[in-house]
Amino acid sequence: MAAVNPVSGAIAGVQKWINDRAPGLDAAYRKHISEYMAPKNFNLWYFFGSLAMLVLVNQIVTGIFLTMHYKPSATEAFHSVEYLMRDVDWGWLIRYMHSTGASFFFIVVYLHMYRALIYGSYQKPRELVWVIGVAIFLVLMAEAFLGYVLPWGQMSFWGAQVITSLFGAIPFVGESLVEWIRGDYVIADATLNRFFALHVIALPLVLLLLVVLHLGALHEVGSNNPDGVDIKKHKGPDGRPLDGIPFHPYYTIKDLFGAGFFLTLFFFVIFFAPLFGGKFLEYDNFIPANPMVTPEHIKPVWYFTPYYAMLRAVPDKLGGVIVMGSAVLILFVLPWLDRAPVRSHRYRPLLAKLILAGFVVAFVYLGYAGYQPASPGLTLLAQIATVYYFAFFIFMPWWSKLGHFKPVPERVTMHD
Amino acid sequence: MAEQAVDEGRRRFLTVTTAVIGAGGATALAVPFLASLQPSERAQAAGAPVTVDVSRLEVGAILREQWRGRPVWIVRRTPEQLAALEGLASQLRDPNSAVTEQQPEYARNPHRSIRPEYLVLIGICTHLGCSPLFEPEIRPQPFAADWKGGFFCPCHGSKFDMAGRVYSGVPAPTNLAVPPYRFDDDQRVTIGLDPVPGAA
Amino acid sequence: MTKFFATMALALAAPVAFGAAGKFPTEAAANNIGDQASLQRGAALFMNYCASCHSAEMIRFSRIARDLGLSEEQVMKNLNLVGAKFQDTLQVAMTREDAATWLGAAPPDLTLTARAKHEGADWIYTYLKSFYVDEARPIGWNNPLLPGASMPHVLWEYQGVQRVVTEPRQKDAQGRDLPCRKGEVGNACFVRFEIAQPGLMDPEEYSVAIRDISNFMEYIAEPAVMERRRWGIWVVLFLAFFTFLAWLLKAEYWRDVH
Repeated sequence: MAAVNPVSGAIAGVQKWINDRAPGLDAAYRKHISEYMAPKNFNLWYFFGSLAMLVLVNQIVTGIFLTMHYKPSATEAFHSVEYLMRDVDWGWLIRYMHSTGASFFFIVVYLHMYRALIYGSYQKPRELVWVIGVAIFLVLMAEAFLGYVLPWGQMSFWGAQVITSLFGAIPFVGESLVEWIRGDYVIADATLNRFFALHVIALPLVLLLLVVLHLGALHEVGSNNPDGVDIKKHKGPDGRPLDGIPFHPYYTIKDLFGAGFFLTLFFFVIFFAPLFGGKFLEYDNFIPANPMVTPEHIKPVWYFTPYYAMLRAVPDKLGGVIVMGSAVLILFVLPWLDRAPVRSHRYRPLLAKLILAGFVVAFVYLGYAGYQPASPGLTLLAQIATVYYFAFFIFMPWWSKLGHFKPVPERVTMHD
Repeated sequence: MAEQAVDEGRRRFLTVTTAVIGAGGATALAVPFLASLQPSERAQAAGAPVTVDVSRLEVGAILREQWRGRPVWIVRRTPEQLAALEGLASQLRDPNSAVTEQQPEYARNPHRSIRPEYLVLIGICTHLGCSPLFEPEIRPQPFAADWKGGFFCPCHGSKFDMAGRVYSGVPAPTNLAVPPYRFDDDQRVTIGLDPVPGAA
Repeated sequence: MTKFFATMALALAAPVAFGAAGKFPTEAAANNIGDQASLQRGAALFMNYCASCHSAEMIRFSRIARDLGLSEEQVMKNLNLVGAKFQDTLQVAMTREDAATWLGAAPPDLTLTARAKHEGADWIYTYLKSFYVDEARPIGWNNPLLPGASMPHVLWEYQGVQRVVTEPRQKDAQGRDLPCRKGEVGNACFVRFEIAQPGLMDPEEYSVAIRDISNFMEYIAEPAVMERRRWGIWVVLFLAFFTFLAWLLKAEYWRDVH
């Protein structure tokens, strides 16, 4: 025992004072941080959860500062954003952090979801973690779409026009529903105002709640790992899993490193390529919204393009909307579609790996196709990719059982 | 577990270094966010110097202008009002304008102005920011039996003389502020700019 | 895993190639936003030849002075030709309605033009280079980048009068039009421009002049570009250093884990 220095003595005193009054806080800290036993074999893929949290914080903080200068009105919105970019000290940095953060959010979340896919993190007993995660994804998409409308450029306006029109495909109530959503006959001031309210208050609250539930559900059952083995099966004499290490300090420090690496990339983009070749902020969105002129080539931001390609692949309005919606909703039932006897792809047969690789190719291709103007060749391939996307899930109960599975080790393996 | 002894010193050094560098970075990141709340270039443009034509201001009258969103008064004082400024010193908190932030150096004189006749003041009470009333007449008032003309704040009863000097025994702590200003010529006053050295 | 990243990167990068295949290709402006002299010359040309019809209502004279290293006096004397205040933005005297009546269409605001095009400054550069005489148009000028636009060639005295040489479109075996190799002009294919009447500048001087204008317009589209580049390198270096420290710390603690 080292001699107690006055600083740590004072900290201990404050801790005790709080503990006497709110013992739950300390218990929560121990449960979720200092004594949360995480498998020791997390690899690169396991950075994306904490990075998603980091981006969420970035979006909230920068978002709060943006609302201090932004004006949610059809006549003022566009100029208030440019005002922020020019007249407000460092306003450009805050805006680029937010806009770049939106794209990085989706990069991180897509990779985080892919991690769950390859290591079977959605399987029993973590179905609830996955289901809440898909809900987060869904809300995030809505949040991103609403935020995209706010700068009130040409792409904001026409993107909102197209997406709200999708609801018009619903039989009987469609048209009135669209007007109700817009609060006008077209996308107008009323639409912008309500989208602003939803974007800055309603959905962030929902998102935060879901994130808390997501983590709560995860910490109840414990984290999965790249081997997909249950670390709680082998416990030491102290009752702790032999393959587990406390989240703090090991993963807090490891995630700090991950955050540093991520932020280096993040700020590189912010400072040197904030438009990212027109992908993070689109060229046409630097033209104020004009209800009389549609831009030549309307496309959503890159993170929506896979779903947009599916919409276009179906030559029927209602059908397209159903396909696009189902593509996200089908993710909810994934835990009950996978019948494989193992979790991790490390121990799955070659066939399963090939099928998954095909899925990645199909999804990435859809993302590419959704970015391009429609053309017959592209549409045919997009149709094939869409069919593959759905077949992947629909036939999963069948194909996931096929082939020769490798034996799963008793304990986790470490390889870097 | 412990095949190798843990090097506690190295561990502590790295922890402290990373924490300090990280905290430095976080502090640096806070700067742009806080700076973004300062008046923007648009606000500064709107707060640009204002030029006022004072040639038609009658003796004894007040002209109210806006500069940086605040009321600025230009009063053309009568000889009686100027005369009344003398002999008030004992009733005032800061008769000699000792509080330097309340006026530029060139207005730090008994009449608190560049030219004795013209008084230029920011019309904001130094107590809690109300705008005082202009009470120029030298005659008894409900708030002061022996009123020598000046400004009276209706919010909390602070009183100022015809040079904006605060009376003792009222809540306002300091004299009314004199903004930077200059005479471009005999007709025009520019509020927000100091006199050109050697000129006025 | 690596394969996955590679495909993601490819998917992000691929669409860059698309879009360049416009109807008339742009030429690289080769402008440099760090070249202050070029920006200053561009500002002067812009004020003289563009700003009388086009506004740039999101940029202030004071900001231009600060970023281009000019004094208030220099800006007010040489750049501010409309008697605006130093803090004012670049407005035009005519109202949008008047402009629409006189010119057929209100000249668009130019603040963000360089950002609203995916070719950026290159588009402006090529546009200013490609005006040619077209008797069929009421204003006598046309431009393959913006066919039928109502803007006359305001710099014609400098560039001279250009005529366009075209050739008929090639057709394939089925009689369908083949794409033009060097861009389209109307229904024909572009071959080259010919100077019918020389201007005050030779082609090289003219290229420099319009490069300067393009450069200045890229700057006003994002004045923060100056600060952005100045700070960026330090921020990234700092974060890289922090990451390195965090990695050392991680490696140190993870020696416990076997």
